Amino acid sequence: MYGKKVKLRAFFILLIFLSVALTVFLVFKSLEENVVYFKSPTEIKNLSELDTNKIRVGGMVKKNSIKTSDSEIIFTITDFKNELVVSFKGSVPNLFEEGKGVVAEGFLKDRSYLKAIKILAKHDENYMPPEVNEALKGNK
Amino acid sequence: MANQIGNYSLFIALFASIFLIFQSSNSIRSKSKNLDSKIFSALSVQSLMVFISFFSLIYAFIISDFSNETVFNNSHSTKPLFYKISGSWGNHEGSLLLWLLVLTIFLFIFLISSKKLLNKYRLLTVLFQELIIIGFLLFILFTSNPFLNLFPIPKEGTGLNPILQDPALAIHPPILYLGYVGTSIIFSSSLAALVCGMVNKIWAKHIKKWIVISWIFLTIGILLGSIWAYYELGWGGFWFWDPVENVSLMPWFCLTALLHTIIVLEKRNIYQSWTIILSIATFSLSMGGTFLVRSGILNSIHTFANDPSRGIFILCFLFVLVLLAVFIFFIFQKKITKNLSKSFLASKETAILVNNWFMMFFLSVVLIGTVYPIFLEVINGSKISIGPPFYQKLIAPFLIPFLLFMAVGPKLKWIKDNLNEINLNQIILFIPSIIISYLLVKLYGVSNLFTVPLFGLGFFLFFLTVKDFFSKYSTLSQKISHLGFSLFILSILFNGIFAKEFTSNMKVGDEREFMNKTIKFENLKIIEKNNYKSLVAKFNVSDNKSSINLMPEVRIYNQPKTLTSEADINSTIYSDNFLVFNVINDDGYYNVRYQYKPLMIWIWFSVILISTGGILAYFKKND
Repeated sequence: MYGKKVKLRAFFILLIFLSVALTVFLVFKSLEENVVYFKSPTEIKNLSELDTNKIRVGGMVKKNSIKTSDSEIIFTITDFKNELVVSFKGSVPNLFEEGKGVVAEGFLKDRSYLKAIKILAKHDENYMPPEVNEALKGNK
Repeated sequence: MANQIGNYSLFIALFASIFLIFQSSNSIRSKSKNLDSKIFSALSVQSLMVFISFFSLIYAFIISDFSNETVFNNSHSTKPLFYKISGSWGNHEGSLLLWLLVLTIFLFIFLISSKKLLNKYRLLTVLFQELIIIGFLLFILFTSNPFLNLFPIPKEGTGLNPILQDPALAIHPPILYLGYVGTSIIFSSSLAALVCGMVNKIWAKHIKKWIVISWIFLTIGILLGSIWAYYELGWGGFWFWDPVENVSLMPWFCLTALLHTIIVLEKRNIYQSWTIILSIATFSLSMGGTFLVRSGILNSIHTFANDPSRGIFILCFLFVLVLLAVFIFFIFQKKITKNLSKSFLASKETAILVNNWFMMFFLSVVLIGTVYPIFLEVINGSKISIGPPFYQKLIAPFLIPFLLFMAVGPKLKWIKDNLNEINLNQIILFIPSIIISYLLVKLYGVSNLFTVPLFGLGFFLFFLTVKDFFSKYSTLSQKISHLGFSLFILSILFNGIFAKEFTSNMKVGDEREFMNKTIKFENLKIIEKNNYKSLVAKFNVSDNKSSINLMPEVRIYNQPKTLTSEADINSTIYSDNFLVFNVINDDGYYNVRYQYKPLMIWIWFSVILISTGGILAYFKKND
């Protein structure tokens, strides 16, 4: 009925369609599991229920809040409205300093305490993560 | 003075561009058989002007001419000469000028090296390339001019970000750009070939050189960036799926697919439309990468520029180019002479198609992971980031069939293969690969689901390519690149699984135990250097067999006032010992991170091997 060429072409189109569908499905399924949301301390305070997923929190490192011990660093992130205590085991970036912007990634233990697994680095001293900038702007 | 020269030469280059577009479309209409000498001269003038402009910028950097705003923002008189020079392309304005320089020089080289080809094809390539050049010229002159004057003239510059003061990063942008911009020639000439109806074997042979050379530069460029991030950013790994890294990887996937497809076109004269689509996509991704990095919309740890107007310009420009390309594709696509010769499922061309398929999948994963956060923020304002697990989970399982096809594919014959004779050899090699990976799992207790088949197939590919060196299947360059890739996969696996990391806060004199090793913080010295002050620490890492001293630094640069950590890495062919430390809060504690990275050097080496294959392919005489 149909020529061999038509069949071959139909087969190819079907194959392409299937692989695209599969890709989209896999990618978006994986996205759901691996997305990390960014929040400011104020947004965390206003959470209706505690998020158990990994999140990022951005703001300023509060002045005189860094406390170091052998295994841990504890500090406070502030957006000048609300605060959040962060405890962290691991390595900190060069520009981690009191009074400077910071992004911490980790798990919330309650509305004012984050157990961080990563503190993010930045490249230059004037640079501020866009999220931090906005988180701070919203509260000034 | 240098400012004026640089600025005016850019304007002359702009006029040359307008003239070239006008003249080449005239020549195309008049159907002349020979290249108009005016076109060649105009192009020479243009290249020369951009060249002069670029060198006047370098000159301004060398003499620290702070009347130039770009120099003022990115240089300092106490900076070493080498970094003054590299600083000229280490910033937004200068790097675009470098893009432009490579664009014009490549077009010039193209024109010289394509004398044997159809005149109309050469003219059309000039026309398309000039459209790109004019876009970049306008972009540079009106949104990011590197020759803006400052008055009153400042006494001192603000300095180059110290983390950019590094040899690997000094040559990383030019090399990466050679790769990026090389794809512009591929883009222009594939559109030209499409219009001329000459997407065939001869064209494939000619454009293959450009594809190979862009691919080599792109590969090495990515490698340099990766090495830099390893030791200078103190990240202690080779790839972080950071958006800025991803945008360089996306054109690489596309270009690698193209590199394979063009061979099919050259040998069998099929997949013409697909080749054109890949050429367009590769260039769009290169441009898109520049757009994403330069616009500052990427939520990346290393965003350098933050000017939305620039981003919008590149976005519109890219949009126009892609629209034009798609338009041309649909009009002239009918001109492609269909090759009706038969292909069978078991053939080399199918294997290459499978390669392309996987490349497109990897590309989609990286593309979606990079763009989705931007997209989501525009739509509902929520800010998200996507971590490495996303990429690893999606890419690792698909590497398994990918490696299998990579091992078997090159051994298939063109057109039709009967699959009988080769199987025995491959099965024999498959057995030790499986045994090795089984032993690895048994001895070291690796429990990840995908690791076992990945290891097995990595070894399989490795054995098979090693064996191929003694046979006549395919070319030497292919063997070397594929061998490099198998080493790459194996060293990544070893590195990922057996790496150990230890972090702690230590005071001078402290000792910590970690995995039957002792890490001792012995002392700390302060050394004054010309443009920075350095805290040099001495650590001793010892176990019952060996003892090594590592001396990482923290540098406090004076201009701009910045802290950087310089990791100390002890590299052997077996493993890297990586140690970096950082000041926390002036309370006597230092943040120390020690990493044990097996086979780290092999990751770099295997990528060099992969590109060596490309270099050999480039210099191979046309058969």
